[in-house]
Amino acid sequence: MDWLNWHNVSLVLDNPATKWVLLAFGLVMPLASILTWMERRQSAMMQDRLGPNRANIGPIKLKGILHFIADAVKMIFKEDFIPGSVHRGLFALAPVLALAPVLIAFAIIPFGPTVYPHELGNVLHSVPLAGEAPNLTDSIRLQIFQVDFGLIFYFAVLTLANYGGTIAGWASYNKWALLGGLRSSSQMMSYEVSMGLALMGTFLVAGSLEPGYITAHGWNSHYSPANPLNWLWLPQLPGLLLFFVAAVAETKRAPFDIPEGEPEIIGYFVEYSGIRWGMFFLAEFIEIVFISSVITVVFFGGYQVPFLDEDGFRFAGTLAALPHWAVVAMQIGAFGAKVFLLCWFQLLVRWTLPRFRADQLMSLGWKLLLPASLAWIMITALGKLILMSAGG
Amino acid sequence: MAHAAHDEPPADHDGPKVLAVHGKVRTIQVARPQAEDVTYLAATKKGIGITLRHFAKNFFLPRRKAADLGKAGGAPAQQAWKNEIETVQYPEERVEYPERFRGLHRLMQRDDGAVRCVACMCCPTVCPAHCITIIPEETGDNGTEKRPAVFEIDELRCVVCGLCVEACPCDAIRMDTGEHAKPVYERGDAIENRESLLARGIRSTAAQGGLGPDWREHAPAKAATPASHTHAPTKKK
Ligand code: SF4
Ligand code: SF4
Repeated sequence: MDWLNWHNVSLVLDNPATKWVLLAFGLVMPLASILTWMERRQSAMMQDRLGPNRANIGPIKLKGILHFIADAVKMIFKEDFIPGSVHRGLFALAPVLALAPVLIAFAIIPFGPTVYPHELGNVLHSVPLAGEAPNLTDSIRLQIFQVDFGLIFYFAVLTLANYGGTIAGWASYNKWALLGGLRSSSQMMSYEVSMGLALMGTFLVAGSLEPGYITAHGWNSHYSPANPLNWLWLPQLPGLLLFFVAAVAETKRAPFDIPEGEPEIIGYFVEYSGIRWGMFFLAEFIEIVFISSVITVVFFGGYQVPFLDEDGFRFAGTLAALPHWAVVAMQIGAFGAKVFLLCWFQLLVRWTLPRFRADQLMSLGWKLLLPASLAWIMITALGKLILMSAGG
Repeated sequence: MAHAAHDEPPADHDGPKVLAVHGKVRTIQVARPQAEDVTYLAATKKGIGITLRHFAKNFFLPRRKAADLGKAGGAPAQQAWKNEIETVQYPEERVEYPERFRGLHRLMQRDDGAVRCVACMCCPTVCPAHCITIIPEETGDNGTEKRPAVFEIDELRCVVCGLCVEACPCDAIRMDTGEHAKPVYERGDAIENRESLLARGIRSTAAQGGLGPDWREHAPAKAATPASHTHAPTKKK
């Protein structure tokens, strides 16, 4: 059993493929599936109903959470009907194109701090005590893909999801699906512009496009990154608002669900059924999780727990020391909790607002969000310039 | 508000502000979209406030007792520290049905347990859904000449109008069971036959065989009052 040491474990765990599998199947997929249930249950509560609460395995009921398993089973075993007139190759490709980019984009999200396996039981002092240098080898970074252009990578990859809807509409050989696909591409292209620009201010303030760096440093190097006032929501509140609106439009959900408009105006996946439809559906929910993750990482300090530094809680100079494993566990939990809360908020918005008309959607995107984000970049840049010249 | 005067619009009128009135023509001030309409911010904030309040209330507070839900005549007054969910989880929780709820049919019995129906064919005649099938037979008894050999009601076709009960001259068919039509796997199983209808029935309280031609003498004094009330010609017409 001498092969079972931290070095080999780290070799496996620090592998991007392992991390991706862990993230996708440990966090993203379960959260997205549970969101399918949560969406119905939460909307019910908002409308004075009970919602789905009956699915159970014997006596295990869990308030109905198990509905997502029933849904998955149903979708997998439903007839996968393919109309005769469709373009078969593209018809099959479209759901994959909708689902894959979101899962790939998750690579840039840091979902936890760097783990130092040899120090798990010890307190990780920020200034090492004399005589005992921490053993920082075999570290496992809880981020799959760390590149300086991280958020640009996200924009680039997520644009591909655009093709999913458009190709689905085109390949279906159905006028309504085609129109839905066109609506989808026009909407996504319009809002991608302001989505990218809305984040520009945060780049200026944080000085990096790398989500891990933003999380680990905050906007003001004088304070600990765990201080909530050091998270970017404070200097970038308008940017957060603009990004949130544009990002919700990107997920193609109400109030921006013109591309789908399932019951009345008929969307691009009208010809899809069974698990292929389920993939579009799941992609939408994964996008919710993803948008929440991006907002968490960029604006709300990512995995940072308020006032929790790597050696323990620190209030006003006093330190309540915690071992490394506890810190890591709390930070991963904090990331999950923040993402979950933001998902909840997106569902709240989705069940509050009625759908925009196509013209309202376009004028909101081009006439309001775009100029506002441009103006906000200018203001941020000016502010940064003034601060820099004042601070030397 | 519905009777707001044409000439003098009340000051707190919700609609557009009226600038001048010329007979039936009014000059009103049209609201141009304001900044808050263009950004949707004010309305969004208000809407989220409403939905958030409902969510918080329904999420954190306990449900009202099932007995309080779905009361006839609307929900009971808001109870403190209870949420606003109205759903009744049916098989486990049931609301009391109103007295006149029309449920599954039943056939009433004579004193000896035989079917009360005299196969007069009133109910199949009146039934708008044509879902009652009766094949009469002779009883061989001079008092009651006919009875149904076959009495079938297709509960899937029945529109639960209750006209059959109204039509029946001898309290033989009733819909007061308070039961719903059962779920079935085969359509044929939804057809109730004489035996199943009779099994649900009880002895009728109505006097058997009627009261005879001299019923006026025997009839209880009180029973005469509603009868004369219903049959009295109305002077209004
Ligand atoms: S309730 Fe109406 S529809 Fe049903 S059997 Fe009676 S008369 Fe026919
Ligand atoms: S149930 Fe009543 S109305 Fe129908 S046939 Fe029998 S006696 Fe006549």
